[in-house]
Amino acid sequence: MLNMARTYVLLAATWTRAAAQYPLSMAMLTLGSFILTGLDVAAIAVIFAHTTALGGFSLPEVMFLYGTSGMSFALADLLFGNIDRLTLHVKAGTFDAMLIRPASPFVQMAVHRFSFQRIGRTLQAAAVLAIALTQLSVPWQRAWMIPLMVVCGIVLFAAIWTLGGAAQFLLVDAPEVANAFTYGGGTLTQYPLSVYGGDLVRAVTFIVPLAFVNWQPGLFVLDHPDPFGLPYWLRFMSPVAALSLACAAGLAWRAGLRRYRSTGS
Amino acid sequence: MIEVDGVGRSFTLRHRRGLLRGETRVVHAVRDLSFRVAPGEFVGYLGPNGAGKSTTIKMLTGILAPTTGRIEVAGLDPSRRRTTLARRIGVVFGQRTTLWWDLPLKDSFTLIRHLYKVDREVFRKRLAELCDVLDLGGFLDKPVRQLSLGQRMRGDIAAALLHDPAVLVLDEPTIGLDVVSKSAVRDFLRDLNAERGTTVLLTTHDLGDIERLCRRVMLIDHGTLAFDGTVEELMATVPGETSIEDVVTRLYTRRLPL
Repeated sequence: MLNMARTYVLLAATWTRAAAQYPLSMAMLTLGSFILTGLDVAAIAVIFAHTTALGGFSLPEVMFLYGTSGMSFALADLLFGNIDRLTLHVKAGTFDAMLIRPASPFVQMAVHRFSFQRIGRTLQAAAVLAIALTQLSVPWQRAWMIPLMVVCGIVLFAAIWTLGGAAQFLLVDAPEVANAFTYGGGTLTQYPLSVYGGDLVRAVTFIVPLAFVNWQPGLFVLDHPDPFGLPYWLRFMSPVAALSLACAAGLAWRAGLRRYRSTGS
Repeated sequence: MIEVDGVGRSFTLRHRRGLLRGETRVVHAVRDLSFRVAPGEFVGYLGPNGAGKSTTIKMLTGILAPTTGRIEVAGLDPSRRRTTLARRIGVVFGQRTTLWWDLPLKDSFTLIRHLYKVDREVFRKRLAELCDVLDLGGFLDKPVRQLSLGQRMRGDIAAALLHDPAVLVLDEPTIGLDVVSKSAVRDFLRDLNAERGTTVLLTTHDLGDIERLCRRVMLIDHGTLAFDGTVEELMATVPGETSIEDVVTRLYTRRLPL
């Protein structure tokens, strides 16, 4: 595990140095992703110009949910978003090259062309979260959950990306399946789940555990009653959900790697 | 150094027939392949396109797991101990680079030093040596994508040898090279084998590689070993023929007894 982290940092530093040879392009990409994702917040602001509550949540509360989900998603994307490009690497033969190195192919895939400019999105989400927290005054008895839920969110999104990558060992032409859950999940969790139907919420609680990214722990932090009446203890289940999904993803990746067939030549 | 015992590898192909129906077909890329390579040998691995050469190389390096049989390279089962094996062998794919496309060659080498945990001092000496014999000095600062094929191939070979592996496996290392680059690569490989005692296994379609480098030739056809012996013995299999091209053509085109 430590070895994998070491390899990750080593490769990430090398890619960042390579990208830093073009400083203007790097600065513009960072700024661009900051502004582009800022439009999400504009959308929320537009909604609240017409109403005072969304799904039973006030503006600062919605911003809190948006900020925590955004940070988890952006950091997971920064660190592991490349995993779903497996098909490209298999077809180009670069995956074979990763397999002959004495390093985990998972890490090599994740860090390939590591681009620090994707940090723009994280900064934007962090800014929204900071503003929300100044408005909310959460006591420390509940605020301790915030860093934990962001970390669990990263693990959950990374695990979904990994599952998507693992599926590509078998279905070489289906990277979009995973995107429905990662990018789809990223958008879904930006809003309070109470704006969606009960069936969808039950599905993202018990099947694809996206509700544990920010919804359930968020209810705890905001001390908000569950609009769907699900049990209170679910609010503390994020680490369990994150860990189980990560284990499932790890097993799927290993199973996929064993079935790897390479390409001709 | 390399032991291959009754190894087979098959692939299941699915053909779409209509929306839901499909049919599967099993292709045996390699079947019942057995051979041994002793330390210090220089072996050429020949075979027509699609005979199973690359599949064999991928199984020896741990990229693919064999369907049946047993493989041991440098004392390890490649598919189970892939990352440990990576430190003991060097691999070169002629058709595509294993270097980092956008990074300067020098940075690729430094990365490899860290990945393979080569001691800094040992690495510095080894790199200086390789730069000297492979003449890399002029393009160490260029990104790999800007290198000519000959330069890239020399870079790839150097990269595969920085950690001083006991075995070097090359898949078509001379493909597409001009006569000068080709002879530079050949000279280098010959000296590497003679002076360091590195075991070398290379696949090729260039019979010049075989004549100039390999004491031993293995010929694979339809996934099984069709010949294994010295170049002289290979020539003797078709009496009357004097050129290696003609001998190999005869061996490739003869019908296998069913």
